[in-house]
Amino acid sequence: MVEDNMPDKKTVLICCGTGCLANNSYEIYRELKKRVEAAGEDISVKPVLKTTGCNGLCEKGPVITILPEDIFYCKVKISDVDEIFEKTLLKGEIIERLLYLDIKTGKKVKSHKESEFFKRQKKIALRNIGQIDPANIEDYIQREGYRALKKALFEMSPDEIINEVEKSGLRGRGGAGFPTGYKWKQAKKINSFPKYVICNGDEGDPGAFMDRSVMEGDPHSIIEGMIIGAYAVGAQKGFVYIRDEYALAVKNVSRAIKDAYGRGFLGENILGSGFNLDIEIVRGGGAFVCGESTALMASIEGRVGEPRVKYIRSTEKGLWGQPTVLNNVETWANVPVIVDRGAKWFSSIGTEKSKGTKIFSLVGKVNNTGLIEVPMGVTLREIIFDIGGGIPGGKKFKAVQTGGPSGGCIPESLLDLPVDFDSLDKAGSMMGSGGMIVMDESTCMVEVARYYLKFLSEESCGKCTPCREGIRRMLEILEDICAGKGREEDIELLLELAETVREASLCGLGKTAPNPVLTTIKYFKDEYLAHIKEKRCPAGVCKELTSYRINQELCKRCGVCAKKCPAGAIFSKPKSPYVIDNNKCIVCGACREACRFNAIEVMGRREG
Amino acid sequence: MIESILKRYPKERRFLLAILQDIQRTYNYLPRKALNEVREYLDIPLSSLYSMATFYRALSLKPKGKYVIRVCDGTACHIRGSMNLLEEIKRELSLLPGEITPDGKFSLETVNCLGSCAIAPVMMINERVYGNLKPDMLKEIFSSLGG
Repeated sequence: MVEDNMPDKKTVLICCGTGCLANNSYEIYRELKKRVEAAGEDISVKPVLKTTGCNGLCEKGPVITILPEDIFYCKVKISDVDEIFEKTLLKGEIIERLLYLDIKTGKKVKSHKESEFFKRQKKIALRNIGQIDPANIEDYIQREGYRALKKALFEMSPDEIINEVEKSGLRGRGGAGFPTGYKWKQAKKINSFPKYVICNGDEGDPGAFMDRSVMEGDPHSIIEGMIIGAYAVGAQKGFVYIRDEYALAVKNVSRAIKDAYGRGFLGENILGSGFNLDIEIVRGGGAFVCGESTALMASIEGRVGEPRVKYIRSTEKGLWGQPTVLNNVETWANVPVIVDRGAKWFSSIGTEKSKGTKIFSLVGKVNNTGLIEVPMGVTLREIIFDIGGGIPGGKKFKAVQTGGPSGGCIPESLLDLPVDFDSLDKAGSMMGSGGMIVMDESTCMVEVARYYLKFLSEESCGKCTPCREGIRRMLEILEDICAGKGREEDIELLLELAETVREASLCGLGKTAPNPVLTTIKYFKDEYLAHIKEKRCPAGVCKELTSYRINQELCKRCGVCAKKCPAGAIFSKPKSPYVIDNNKCIVCGACREACRFNAIEVMGRREG
Repeated sequence: MIESILKRYPKERRFLLAILQDIQRTYNYLPRKALNEVREYLDIPLSSLYSMATFYRALSLKPKGKYVIRVCDGTACHIRGSMNLLEEIKRELSLLPGEITPDGKFSLETVNCLGSCAIAPVMMINERVYGNLKPDMLKEIFSSLGG
């Protein structure tokens, strides 16, 4: 089921994930379609054009794949359409210019499968994305879709399904890593009806977009997983809670639900099994805390999304006080594969306590930004340097942030850490939903901590005091440090506040909120000290503590910096290097980014 | 118009958020008059509606512009310079987050993450996503919208 089954027919897959769409991939689809239709009888085999979900390699978008030859073109422009049609589709010729350049080997590769970016990945949850048209249920069925559902309904008892999921070692992909099979077992045990299943698609961690891609690119995998789960625990009603900002995800999941009803996979007496299930969509309201399970349930009930204390688990009393199984998008998408191929196969992948694969969104200061799926246990170094192709512009790696606002920043010394639930926890970070943000020497770690606390202080629902007040006080201290008003005792005070917020907050948001501060103090204390004692921001980010200077020897007088400067602060006299007028400079860093000779130097607080 | 929105939903509390979102989409904000009708329809106190309106970011009690500019300040965008985009918008349109231009054309807000981190920094104007932005690209985008 995971291997590709190549269609014999000529097929052109055009990525219409958000990244590619922003670069006009839909217009490319339309143009190409026009060409194919206009050609009519002139071509012997008419190619099938499909718009697919996100391929993962968003950095190189828009990407298109031509089957069965498996030719992979990237950064395609509308002006390339004619050539692709004339040369590749009609004559089978490859256009060298559009092929993917593998950064590691320096070679152009024909098929994406030959590239380092794809070679090291293993796709389970992303098995169909980029290969199928998400709006077409037939595409999903052709790739063994809904086969697991039939197996579950007709060959397995609910207990057998739960056993299989438990044995597979699947843990919640939303971040906390709670064992899925165990959760189901608890909900099944309770003799109170109705029961509910929920798919948590309220992806809110900044820097994470895997759930978005699955919902947009392969919605049926989630629905199939939910039907199997509902059958196993005895639920007859399901909800998919989707973030308000994800319009395309709402559209594609709605369509998939409708089609699933049409084929008898949902509704009454599913496939003649006697089992009933209805699924509906609930749109989120743009509140980060609603990703927390009890807050999400409150939101589905039509109330303000505040979490509750969890003396009693949701599997016992969840939505409307009834037993509820809530799993994340990626978790649900794994379920059909586990049922289909068995727990033994699934648990052969990954590490001792973290089985299977995990999707990561690899973003920030890294060459191959995009979406990847790798077996649990690969190292951060492999992800960032082999798959990600390292840091752009020859800059130095500084840290990788995992786990969203609840996670932490991991320094270079820990890059050989295997990525699974437990080892990331030990490093003071967490797996989280799988956002992985790479930071280089031009990222200020104090400012990153400030950024996350700003985020969390805005998203704290305000119900409990430690979270509401504690985060705000920590934020004020960090703002002071970034503005050059830090005092030496601030670090101690931050640690003390962090302890209180962690211990006393009600829900996961507050309990993990101090992580960004704790890890940056632990691994990057020297940066804090530079801000506090030397009144200098080593990365050149905190504006109050930064000024720029042009190194007169390195400057080649090309003038790019002056052109890019939005404040008009850079000027030169004939035949001499450029200089910056510190009174006009707004410290935006545009010159530093533009200079190809590294002539812009970061200095401390400006004088006077 | 409010009536036609209400008619789509049964009289159950659980549809409250969806109803408010539909009103927001139709009017660009939640007019007091509409809230009164929702209160009557679902028999929920106005104070509860107010708490919903102030809790969820997707809802607002003040009108938004014809073009809603959403600058993403997710982590990936943040470290790739989203703050510089905001400064450029301030220079170009004299607009700060949470504000609307006097002619009602543009309003500006920041969002935590648009899930398009691979093409950071990103902004959205209504439904359209703009990726890999540099501050000097903004002027042209706004003037194409008549700004």
